[in-house]
Amino acid sequence: MTATEPMNAPVPSFDDEDEGGRKLVLICSKGSLDMAYPGLVLANAALGEGIETHIFFTFWGFEIINKETMGDLKFVALGNPATHMPNAVMGLPGMTALSTKMMRKQIADLDIPEVPEFLDLIHESGGHLWACRMSADMMKLTEDDLYEGVEGIISATDFMELSQGAQTIFI
Amino acid sequence: MPVATMQGREIHVDEEGFLTDPSEWDEELAKQLAANIGLELTDRHYEVIRFARQDAAEQGETPTIRRMQAVGGFQTKELFQLFPKKPAKKLSYVAGLQKPVGCV
Repeated sequence: MTATEPMNAPVPSFDDEDEGGRKLVLICSKGSLDMAYPGLVLANAALGEGIETHIFFTFWGFEIINKETMGDLKFVALGNPATHMPNAVMGLPGMTALSTKMMRKQIADLDIPEVPEFLDLIHESGGHLWACRMSADMMKLTEDDLYEGVEGIISATDFMELSQGAQTIFI
Repeated sequence: MPVATMQGREIHVDEEGFLTDPSEWDEELAKQLAANIGLELTDRHYEVIRFARQDAAEQGETPTIRRMQAVGGFQTKELFQLFPKKPAKKLSYVAGLQKPVGCV
C-alpha cells in the first residue's frame, strides 16, 4: 500500500493558504502580571494557527520586555473589584506580594510559562516583537535594556505601516 | 462519527478527519495521513509523533507545542519546520490524536 492511495476519510482543512493574508497586531500597554498574559496567550495561539503576529509594547507594557522587570511583574488586587476582597485589606503592606505569589502559582499550576519563557516561545514561533519609541525615550531605555527578541524600537508612524491590513487588539 | 476506510481497514474519525481512537493508528497509517496534508514523514517526524502519542497516552490529552518543548525537548522552531504553519494541529492529525485543548 502506498501513502497516496485514494481514500474516503475526511481530511482536515488546515487552510494554510487562507491564513496567508491574515495578520494580527497586539498592543500591550499594561505592566501588571495579569495584563501581560492576555497578549502573550493570544499571540502564541495566533502563531500556532499560522497567522503573522506582531506585538507592540508601549508605555507600561515595557515592563513585559524590560530585562529588569520582565521576570518580576506584579498583580495588584487593590481597587480590583473582581478579586472580591475589601480594599482595606488589600491595601495592607505585603498584600501585593501575596496576591502576586498566588497568581503566579495559579499560572504555574496550569503549566503556563513565566513571562520571559513565554516571550522565548513566541519569538521561536516566529512572532515579531516591537517596542515603542516614545516610551523608550521617556523611560530612557535602549534596545540593550530590552528582551533580545525585540526586533526594534519603532515610531508611531512605523507602527502604522506595520499594522496595515492587520487585525489590531489593544490591551 | 464517520468511519473511514484507510489501509484496507476501518478507522474511526471525527467530522474533520482526526482519528477518534488512537489505538487504530500505526506508523504506516501516519504516512498516509501525512500525505493527505502534503507532508512526507522523516525519521525526525516519527520521533516527534512517538513522543506526542506516548505523552497523550500518559496524560490523557494531546500535548501542546509548549509541552512538546518543555517536556519532550523538541524545539518550537523545529516543530514549525516539521509541521509548517499549524504544528499542533498537523502533528495531532498525523499522530492519530485529537487536537490539543489547552490554550498554551
